[in-house]
Amino acid sequence: MPWVARGLREGIVTTRYPRRPDDHGPDFVAAVTVTDQPAEGAGQGLAGLCPTGAISVGPPVAVDRGRCILCGHCVDARPEMFAYESSPGTARLHRRLLVTPPAPGDDDLEARVRAELAARVRRFGRSLHIRHVDAGSDGSEEWEIAALTGPIYDVHRLGIFFTASPRHADVLLVTGAGTAGMAEPLQRTYHAMPDPKVVVAVGTDAISGGLVHPTYVTRGGVAGLLPVDVCVPGSPPSPFSILHGLLLAMGRLGGTRPLRARGRG
Amino acid sequence: MTIQGDRLGEEVIDRSRFAEAVTRLSAGPNRFAGLFPSLRASGGVELRAVAATPGGYTSVVTELPPGDLAYPSVSVGLPAASWYEREIHDRYGIQPGGHPRLDPLVLPLLPEDPHPALGDWHSQVTPDPRALDAHASGEGLFTIPYGPVRSGVFEAVEYLVETFGEDIPRLRSRIYHKHRGIDWRFEDLTPDDGVLLAERVEGTASVAHAIAYCRGLEQLTGTEVPYGAEVVRLVHAELERVANHLDSMIRHSDGSYQAVANARLAVHKERLLRLRATLCGSRFGRNVVVPGGVSGPMRRPPDEARSELLRIASGVSGDARAMMSTPSFLDRLRGAGVLPADLVAAHGAVGPVARGSGLGEDVRHARPYGAYPSSGFRPAAPHGQGDALARQQVRLEEMDESFRLAAEGLAVLAGCNESEWRRSPGAVADGTAISAVESPQGELLYVVETDGGRLARVKPRCAAFHNFALFPAAFRGDILTDFVFIEASFGLSVAGVAG
Ligand code: SF4
Repeated sequence: MPWVARGLREGIVTTRYPRRPDDHGPDFVAAVTVTDQPAEGAGQGLAGLCPTGAISVGPPVAVDRGRCILCGHCVDARPEMFAYESSPGTARLHRRLLVTPPAPGDDDLEARVRAELAARVRRFGRSLHIRHVDAGSDGSEEWEIAALTGPIYDVHRLGIFFTASPRHADVLLVTGAGTAGMAEPLQRTYHAMPDPKVVVAVGTDAISGGLVHPTYVTRGGVAGLLPVDVCVPGSPPSPFSILHGLLLAMGRLGGTRPLRARGRG
Repeated sequence: MTIQGDRLGEEVIDRSRFAEAVTRLSAGPNRFAGLFPSLRASGGVELRAVAATPGGYTSVVTELPPGDLAYPSVSVGLPAASWYEREIHDRYGIQPGGHPRLDPLVLPLLPEDPHPALGDWHSQVTPDPRALDAHASGEGLFTIPYGPVRSGVFEAVEYLVETFGEDIPRLRSRIYHKHRGIDWRFEDLTPDDGVLLAERVEGTASVAHAIAYCRGLEQLTGTEVPYGAEVVRLVHAELERVANHLDSMIRHSDGSYQAVANARLAVHKERLLRLRATLCGSRFGRNVVVPGGVSGPMRRPPDEARSELLRIASGVSGDARAMMSTPSFLDRLRGAGVLPADLVAAHGAVGPVARGSGLGEDVRHARPYGAYPSSGFRPAAPHGQGDALARQQVRLEEMDESFRLAAEGLAVLAGCNESEWRRSPGAVADGTAISAVESPQGELLYVVETDGGRLARVKPRCAAFHNFALFPAAFRGDILTDFVFIEASFGLSVAGVAG
């Protein structure tokens, strides 16, 4: 069968996210959430569950999604307190906003960073050009980013394009724990991009170094190497979550309340 | 610390005769499979060479005393050892005397910089590119660098095209940018948490790494994994192989401007990752394999997953057949990136790269493990042409077989009422274990060493560590035209190789 006919066979495969929730979103574990606070004194031993120190005993007990690698240890051991969340709306505009449950003052912080970012990206217009730099990933984040250009996520329909030159890029997508060897090439790319520009840290490794940090050559995420505007947690984050981060960067989403992922649109 | 000579059935050799012993150990039918240092409390280093034998793995060790970390280089007679010796020189300051080209590999440091192994290895070091140029200069040499920041979405790696006037250009690769020092991180973790790190050494082969790591630990604890759990491991490992081979095909079709094929393959790959997510919550099969078994039953009824898998398989097979009869595609691959068999053997290449040159066993067949002995596994036939097309044919055959194995595994799980998914491991016996699995890109080796119930040393050795060293050899003549296919046909994981 000729390729043209093959191409027509499938019909429409592209997701309607973000206009409508996607059926498959709920299949991917996107984050861990704290569903209930322990009775007084019952929070002991919680911090020891977590291999990356993402759980703080509080009170209140909180999970730092910027450190969480989604290993599920906490959900398995204390299902009455921790649960998986599958909504892809996990990206946030500030490192502190990745901690759940939110702390007092988070709303103000969010409003402030959102306004600051909105003023900066006003000049992006309706299309966005992206440059990706790997700063020490495990390789899985690259697969998830590459999926965005495929027919299922097809980000071109949203005016999002990948560009080969930093000089045409609005957004820098950075993956990896921030290795010493990538510090200089990463910064060179950042400085070669014209203003205004936005940096998106993709994945828990890029946000905090995840489980890979500390070693003698990891820098605990990329925030120490350049200013980060949007954090997309996950190990790796799914293409939906990365897309959520890009839409936040473009100022195309209203609140950072999780997008509903369930149900047919 | 004294080494017990019989721990692994290994010999302890005086360092002056080590190179000779390793060469002997690696002679046919054996194959050199790695050189691994282990730091002793005294400041000395135990150096272990491993060879694959027809039935298992064997090793010899030597001891380098504190303050005098030197021995005559193994690479002089055994090119496959070259990258190992460069790595241990970077990280431990070990001097392999007479090494043919001791360029920095994962950590370029100037002579005055301290080697991380010898101090507190958590304290930060900074690679210094000035340390790289020792051998690369010369009259009339032009160097065209490409990377480590590349156009498109790729892992960071730097290629240098070197030309001397009119000569055929030569390609060199630099992988140090991504070096994470990840193997030493294992020492901070409990044996149970170690598997989470193993999943992140080479993130596109998380399942293979988790299995290899756990098998090492299970050897040391004498744990027998329940059969149902072995089948779950097999299913996830084979789905991972399909995903990787599809990824390789996508990159081939992209490089040859087969837009429709590219789009269709991308849809298949995405469907496969989604299928994996419905089985365990992770698109990469993470959190499934744990020491002693698997974390639990599949989240989706196996027969339902099997029907979905068969649907994906039939879609892939139709498109793969169409691709392999598209002349413009075949023409690009045929004759590109030829690897002669003698070179493959000399470098100890593994996996589809070796099998495309007519060599290379499959660990699932040569040293079967887990549920493979009862799976009726049939290895892909070797293709002798050694070009990108042969490597692609091997991957296509492997993919068919992986679909079959995974579907049968799911059928077994549908019919079994296993209630035990994990046997809790007994006390960890001190010692060293070598375990191997067939990862998507070939033999993956783990050396796991425990001391006092803790992880003393874990060293993953990815398939690509052997294959990457051969990559420049695949380029004859026109580097730029064929670059994309040749790279895609190698299936290199930079994360895994840089460590
Ligand atoms: S799921 Fe996240 S928060 Fe929970 S234990 Fe694992 S890393 Fe820690």
